Amino acid sequence: MPEIDQILEKYPFVQPENLIPILQEIQDETGYLSQEAIVRVGRYLNVPTSKIYGLATFYNQFRFEEKAKFQIKICNGTSCHVKSNILIIKEIEKKLGIKLGEVTRDKMFSLEETSCMGACGYGPVISINDKFFTQMTVVKTIHLLDSYLYKEEK
Amino acid sequence: MANEYHNHKEILLNYIQSPLSEKTGNKISEIIAFIKREKVNQPIIGISLNSSSIIAGAYQLKDRILEYLQERDLNAEIIPLGALGVTSYEPVVTIQLPGKTKLIYKNVNDENIIAILDGTLNNFIPEDHVFAQVKNKLHEVWEQVPFLHEISFFQNQQRLLLSNCGIINPESIEEYISNGGYASYLKILRENTPAEVCQIIEQSNLKGRGGDGYPTGKKWKVALESPSDQKYLICNAGESDPGAFMERLLIESDPHKIVEGIAISAYAIGAQKAFIYIESEYNLAIERLQMAIQQAKAWGLLGHNIFESGYNLDIVVKRGAGAYVCGEETALISSLEGKRGKPRSKPPYPATRGLFGKPTVVNNVETLINVPVIIEKGVEWYNSVGTAESKGTKLFSVSGKVEFPGIIEVAMGTKLRDIIFRIAGGIAKGKKFKAVHIGGPSGGCLGENHLDTPIDFNSIMLTGTSLGSAGMVILDEDNCIIDTVKYFMDFLQKESCGVCIPCREGTRRMHEILENISKRPKDDQSHTTLQRFKGVMQLENLAEVLKDTSMCGLGRKAANPVLTSLKWFRSEYEDHIFDRRCEAGVCQELRTFEIDVDACTGCTLCARKCPSGAIYGTPKNAHFIVQDKCIGCGICYNTCKFSAIISK
Repeated sequence: MPEIDQILEKYPFVQPENLIPILQEIQDETGYLSQEAIVRVGRYLNVPTSKIYGLATFYNQFRFEEKAKFQIKICNGTSCHVKSNILIIKEIEKKLGIKLGEVTRDKMFSLEETSCMGACGYGPVISINDKFFTQMTVVKTIHLLDSYLYKEEK
Repeated sequence: MANEYHNHKEILLNYIQSPLSEKTGNKISEIIAFIKREKVNQPIIGISLNSSSIIAGAYQLKDRILEYLQERDLNAEIIPLGALGVTSYEPVVTIQLPGKTKLIYKNVNDENIIAILDGTLNNFIPEDHVFAQVKNKLHEVWEQVPFLHEISFFQNQQRLLLSNCGIINPESIEEYISNGGYASYLKILRENTPAEVCQIIEQSNLKGRGGDGYPTGKKWKVALESPSDQKYLICNAGESDPGAFMERLLIESDPHKIVEGIAISAYAIGAQKAFIYIESEYNLAIERLQMAIQQAKAWGLLGHNIFESGYNLDIVVKRGAGAYVCGEETALISSLEGKRGKPRSKPPYPATRGLFGKPTVVNNVETLINVPVIIEKGVEWYNSVGTAESKGTKLFSVSGKVEFPGIIEVAMGTKLRDIIFRIAGGIAKGKKFKAVHIGGPSGGCLGENHLDTPIDFNSIMLTGTSLGSAGMVILDEDNCIIDTVKYFMDFLQKESCGVCIPCREGTRRMHEILENISKRPKDDQSHTTLQRFKGVMQLENLAEVLKDTSMCGLGRKAANPVLTSLKWFRSEYEDHIFDRRCEAGVCQELRTFEIDVDACTGCTLCARKCPSGAIYGTPKNAHFIVQDKCIGCGICYNTCKFSAIISK
């Protein structure tokens, strides 16, 4: 795994406090933490793999599954919550047949919730691969998903 | 520009170092005026680029403006700006024409920008989108445009910490310095010993803004007096609260202020290394902070032997990995050490034994940016702002069902009513105010009769909530209190680190009870009905246990949303439990269904689908629902093709 070795080279000293930054960089690079990556980091830092896994599962940021092609993130900040984002979550779940935190079987869509994105004036907000869609309603959500599904069929 | 930049550097550094009387040198004031854009010879277009405006499409807008200028072969300087405060007005664009005051436009998008630019550049103002103008006595005033400081949103605030936000270019150290930045830092480096700085802060009665309100000066003194070869300062910039965004926008709008605050505080405790712990999703904030640190280093404000004072300081940005509990200082320290973010029991306090076993002070962003203000304006002045016990101002991120959600800053002691109705513009869409939730998951809900509560640490504590992360979410009549509390409980039970049992199990049980209350009992045979009735009692007991026995702040305050809502909104709980009714219609499973006799065609579909056999009727005749049998699942509602089922 050349990209992981490259990241590890940046941390020449074996210090346990570098563990989180290393994992973050690996995730930024490859999108998720694969089993091999964790084993590789463990060897390098002299930390048992179980410890690393224990640490990584503690934090919300780390993913252990491959990324989907379209990552749908829905803001679950308090403001979006009081603006009934649950209806939109339900709609997406129904449409794609997955639950929050899951990936569709064809690895096309994933659905996650995030904490406040900072656009509380424009809630509810969703993002698909870093593209933002504001003031979502159920109807808008249906159109949006349709346009992505259509793009995919093409 | 590079050459010019270099020249300014020397002059500006002289400017902030020299005592006040020498500041009036002609050359210096000319350059300051140039940087502050008091005299411009071409139009200046500012675009707010912050996480809020980017979501609203600010990058596309910037491209569109560049295109516009290119097409018409116009010269104009484009600068990025931070957030002015009103998030529902983003993206904001400012246009300053030579000799005229700066105009601010709201809700600009790539469609209306053409009209705005066409108009303004030809001295005509398109009225629909103009928001305000910024008063400056050197500039000619536009007619019929309100001044920024006279607009209700700004008029009722006291903006000490936010003074630069949305006004200066966050990516330019020159602008920060010409607006008085880094002067406090260099002053204390020159004139004061660390002990004196601690003394000043102690006298100013500054309380930590992280939620508990612990006196900052006291904490610093303990750290200063702990003997050690290495000490650390940690700036906690991870909000983690699902509903707060003010620190994020603040860092994006004025990153140098945070750097200055950290530098002074680190000097005061004798730390030579400081960390900024920030959420990893705050990409833009991280980028701007790193840029600010780089610039400060290049200008000799950070690094080795700063301005020949013999003091060294290095600031490192550390990305957090997303855990609410890491807002607690000992958990944050564990996380920085590369471990799971688990809190430790105190004492020893971090001020004596913290990061890597060395004395460490953890302060949040808001506390730290108060420090340069106190040094600049003096202790006496600072003590004149606020109430007897809580001094200074407080930042809030106001969101939810208000007209103008955004970041605001008010003097301590301002009434809730003023914040919600004067600054934030009242409830949106003419609905009725129901409650305000203060402090995120560790705070609580306050209702209409608390609107006259002044905002300060003590008064808020008396109502049973806490200032917490200072997120303020306003709920209107369409929101259900139980649902909101359930939302926070769900968040807390997911975020509980699991070290101590009361918090790990308690939050989960409380969430379960709330779930139970907001559902109908599935059958009457087992104990579910009884459990529902006992819900409130159990909630109260559990909440007390959590408060008394949890290890860290997360657990101790986890019961706050439940306790406050039980105290002030008890009738709503009773409605849910006894009448099985959610007035706001939010709790899905408490809905009741009826069949509209006229619309029903008697297709029998709903009757066949109903899991509890509650729907009766003969084919081709209108059906009816037996309410006692209905479990409120909503399947009939979803299956009916004729919209004959009405949800109440």
